[in-house]
Amino acid sequence: MQPVRKGRILIGKPGLDGHDRGAKVVARALSDAGFEVIYTGIRRTPEEIAAAAVQEDVDAVGISLLSGAHNVLFPAVLKALAAVGLGSVPVLGGGVIPDEDIPGLKALGIREIFTPGTPLSAVTEAFERAVTEYRQSEGR
Amino acid sequence: MSASSENSPRSLSGDDADGSFIRRIAEGVAARSPRAIGRAITIVEEGGPQADQLLTILDEAAPASDALTLGITGTGGAGKSTLAGRLVSCFRSAGHRVGLIAVDPSSPISGGAVLGDRIRMMRHACDPDVVIRSMASRGRLGGLSAATASAARIMKAAGCHPVLIETVGVGQAEFDIVRLADLTMLVMAPGLGDDIQAMKAGLLELTDMLVVNKGDLAGADILMREMEPIAHDRGKPLLKVSAKDGSGVDDLVREVFSLFRGMAESGRLEARRQRSSDAEALDWALEMAREELSQLLENQPDELKNCSPKKRAEAALFLLKTLKATM
Repeated sequence: MQPVRKGRILIGKPGLDGHDRGAKVVARALSDAGFEVIYTGIRRTPEEIAAAAVQEDVDAVGISLLSGAHNVLFPAVLKALAAVGLGSVPVLGGGVIPDEDIPGLKALGIREIFTPGTPLSAVTEAFERAVTEYRQSEGR
Repeated sequence: MSASSENSPRSLSGDDADGSFIRRIAEGVAARSPRAIGRAITIVEEGGPQADQLLTILDEAAPASDALTLGITGTGGAGKSTLAGRLVSCFRSAGHRVGLIAVDPSSPISGGAVLGDRIRMMRHACDPDVVIRSMASRGRLGGLSAATASAARIMKAAGCHPVLIETVGVGQAEFDIVRLADLTMLVMAPGLGDDIQAMKAGLLELTDMLVVNKGDLAGADILMREMEPIAHDRGKPLLKVSAKDGSGVDDLVREVFSLFRGMAESGRLEARRQRSSDAEALDWALEMAREELSQLLENQPDELKNCSPKKRAEAALFLLKTLKATM
């Protein structure tokens, strides 16, 4: 029997750091939770991530960054997504992000920020909530 | 579709009942809107009446297509994705608008999947004339997903020629792609035991061209020598390429188009597409019959109650007869 379809999630890594262990662990956990996860690989521009999100018609976007450029690149991803008509797709972020930066990023529209030590179950549950809400609001 | 309506987040959501949503999607596909193409493929993946409606509209708008559907199959690790990325580059430099469908397996346990083929395609990510879609096989065993044919149809309707379809890394019994595509290449690589696998698999007989990838590796020439008599006996082109450095890929593209032209001119293409569409119809019929039969079984007709395992053949015949009677 075919399991119920839970949704599609894009995991992208903007910026110049090459550390994608975290992104891959999250991608695997989301797949284990029943999502179809499209992984872009490292060093993608915000525009590349947005173009992939449109083609893959995803229900959420996860971005991971460890280089410290999150205050520039996370908003740039939001802007690129809005430019291709995906302004309402939930975006969740993770990486080495100082506590004091988190409120600002959330205010800009990043739905959740996961820092080192976050249990995987918390990550998958947050994606589940985000995808469910998005699909409901889009009438899917 | 105007740019503003295309970019409004709600215009492409599926909350209306009168079918205008599906018509907007179909128009968007014809207008090559990336958002509409993405939504359209999701709709056919999810199946149901909306999918049928969409495919009907697209078929009516553009019933016959000259676009080539090119299958890329082979064992896992043979370099299918990397080669597909190279082929996309070649087709693009020749001025083609290209579609690429990459199928990866779904987990039978969770239903989830990690679709990683884009990693090798990202250099095309921002090219509006490269349409890429990753698909999970969703329980289907033939190396494709059930909606792959429909997704290819959508890409053709969106002006893609050719549409490349990269299968799940095949084992030994996954021939769906041969039926769906106009032309299929079998990708092999040295060091994977592919010569023996290919002989077992039957893909040698069924595919149209044999490609030895990783031509930059030492074992490639040995594999070529092993494959030469096999290719010769079957009258199939055999080419050596390196997807890594790109050597041989231009020749491969020329061979693809020359084969395709030959098929079109000799009428074999039409015959093949007819067979493929017949087989697709049979697939749909079997799928529908399976649902009907499962329902019949669930209702437990008296004749089947306490049926001994030995009488399975009788039970099966009874089910078929009952189904026939209800038609």
